Amino acid sequence: METMQQSATESDRSLVRIRGLRFRRGERWIFDGLDIDIPRDRITAIMGPSGTGKTTLLKLIGGQLVPDEGTVEVDGQNVHALSTAELYRLRMRMGMLFQSGALLTDLSVFENVAFPLREHTRLTESMIRKLVLLKLEAVGLRGARDLMPSQLSGGMARRVALARAIALDPMMIMYDEPFTGQDPISMGVLVQLIRQLNDAAHLTSIMVSHDVAETLQIADRVYVISDGRVVESGTPEQLGEGGSDWTRQFINGLPDGPVPFHYPAPALSEDLLEGAQC
Amino acid sequence: MNKKRQIEIWVGVFMAIGFAALFLLAMQISNLGTAYSGDTFRVIARFDNIGGLKVKAPVTIAGVEVGRVQDIRYDPDDFRAVVVMGVQAQYLGKIPDDSFAKILTAGLLGEQYVGIDPGGSESTLKNDSEITITQSALVLEEVVGQFIFGKGQEGASK
Amino acid sequence: MLNLFASLGAWGMESLTRLGRAHLLLFPLLRGLLDILRRPRLLVDQLYSVGVLTILIIAVAGLFVGMVLGLQGYNVLSRFGGETALGFMVAASLVRELGPVLTALLFAGRAGSALTAEIGLMKATEQLSGLEMMAVNPEHRVLAPRFFAGLVSVPLLAAIFSCLGVLGGWMVGGGLLGVDQAAFWNGMQEGIDFHDDVVNGVIKSVVFGFVCTWIAVFQGYDCLPTSEGVSRATTRTVVHSSLAVLGLDFVLTALMFG
Repeated sequence: METMQQSATESDRSLVRIRGLRFRRGERWIFDGLDIDIPRDRITAIMGPSGTGKTTLLKLIGGQLVPDEGTVEVDGQNVHALSTAELYRLRMRMGMLFQSGALLTDLSVFENVAFPLREHTRLTESMIRKLVLLKLEAVGLRGARDLMPSQLSGGMARRVALARAIALDPMMIMYDEPFTGQDPISMGVLVQLIRQLNDAAHLTSIMVSHDVAETLQIADRVYVISDGRVVESGTPEQLGEGGSDWTRQFINGLPDGPVPFHYPAPALSEDLLEGAQC
Repeated sequence: MNKKRQIEIWVGVFMAIGFAALFLLAMQISNLGTAYSGDTFRVIARFDNIGGLKVKAPVTIAGVEVGRVQDIRYDPDDFRAVVVMGVQAQYLGKIPDDSFAKILTAGLLGEQYVGIDPGGSESTLKNDSEITITQSALVLEEVVGQFIFGKGQEGASK
Repeated sequence: MLNLFASLGAWGMESLTRLGRAHLLLFPLLRGLLDILRRPRLLVDQLYSVGVLTILIIAVAGLFVGMVLGLQGYNVLSRFGGETALGFMVAASLVRELGPVLTALLFAGRAGSALTAEIGLMKATEQLSGLEMMAVNPEHRVLAPRFFAGLVSVPLLAAIFSCLGVLGGWMVGGGLLGVDQAAFWNGMQEGIDFHDDVVNGVIKSVVFGFVCTWIAVFQGYDCLPTSEGVSRATTRTVVHSSLAVLGLDFVLTALMFG
């Protein structure tokens, strides 16, 4: 009884609620009955090997893709039942950090951060300037405001994109592989930034990643997906301790285990013999 | 800001040149600049044969264009072609009503047009009045035919 | 044999669905006109990259095409003693056909391919996706201004092409070959009818502008978001635009002058 009540309140407190989500690309089911709750004001990490459709999940939450079955609720609204106008209003309260940064290449850093403000608000030029400088200060790139995106390093571009994502003070931010391809220093910077932003602005953060160490370091809650389902969930500590063989292999980065090293293939000897016959 | 302004200027220049080119096409290169588009009055003439005369062909007096052919139709009652011409309003009351209309050809094979030879009458052409004295178009085949026929007769009479 | 039919069928279905997507894209493009009216700045920027940057090639091509027409026309016409018709011949071929058609072909090569590549790269680098997540519709914000800039630019470019072509013909005919100047211009003005020739020429170039930019914008938006996908889409833009322009030119000519 008590546990049920607990889970009910937890469910109410969650900002994003995914129920029975199924989605397929062609013949392949990428998600096959996915249930995920993203709590407010926390950093939730969704982990899984490459190709499990983690980016697809973010696009489903953002309403860019439509699921075949199941529902995605954000702040009590069913994302895929909204009209276009309502969806766009909802997206103004979501930020998303793309893997590549997705900065507009024909605009300067300053203009990139100012872009959502110019599009969605009627602020004066001086207000926009102040806000943009504050956001850039938050990511430590106020001095780079006149650079063009092509002049930025990958880590800097991601930080600018982060400043842009928080320009409208959203209620949640989705991070798509924020740590991929970063050197240790910019990785550390990003880890710290994400944690700070989350705590200071009461943001809800969703992060998809396969960088185990960094993710476990900052996440409050972790979901591990494989084959279109949630295989494990809990706090990083819980995941580190127990869990299935699969989770242990994934978290510890073992080359062989439930996920085989070899892509399914006939036995090597057979293959070689066949080659010899030709 | 500076670059913004530069783009605006260039786009402005582009639009200006483009519209100027359109204007040139209309006024300099096509007949819009030369066509008289003001008020006209109607004059009718009947011809036995209009040859290759077409609507919009010029109407001239002493070689100067004074109007254009507006309409050509066939009148089945007297088996003749009715040519309706629009003559510029400034010539209203200045063309004698016994003038002589004929269909002429510019050059040997050029376009056909209506030439008006002024007569000597005191009264003048008004709107919807008719030029009664007309001369048909010269049809080359007929002229050649007549010429050969005449030569043949000449030979026979000898 | 069955494989042949199967691949033919697959190709046909693929082409049809693509055609359908292209037509569906027209609605948001037209809807984007509202955004443009609210913020003309969007259109101005695109007029620069689509129109202004194409002027040079159009001007040079127009001048040379006119000069060639003058030279060739003179050679043919002088055999019949009809040099005085040179002005008419040059202007008629430019205003009716060469102006709109060559402008559209050059536009597809210069601006259309650039449009496709730009939009395709924006897609490949997730910029379009990013706009969507910022609650900005890329179809209205990115595609529509480019589309309308093309629609406005092509007729203007075609007019520039024709005017410079006439100038080129006059330079060669009147200047080099000694055709009577007055006869050149009078013959032109007598022969070219405003409605039949100039207006029809402008209608043609508007249609070509519509088709060329529509194809370019669609190919960029519909391409696979990889470098190979973008390069293929760019090629397709040029090929499809050129074929569409030439095919439509025949249809329009048959309707207008036939």
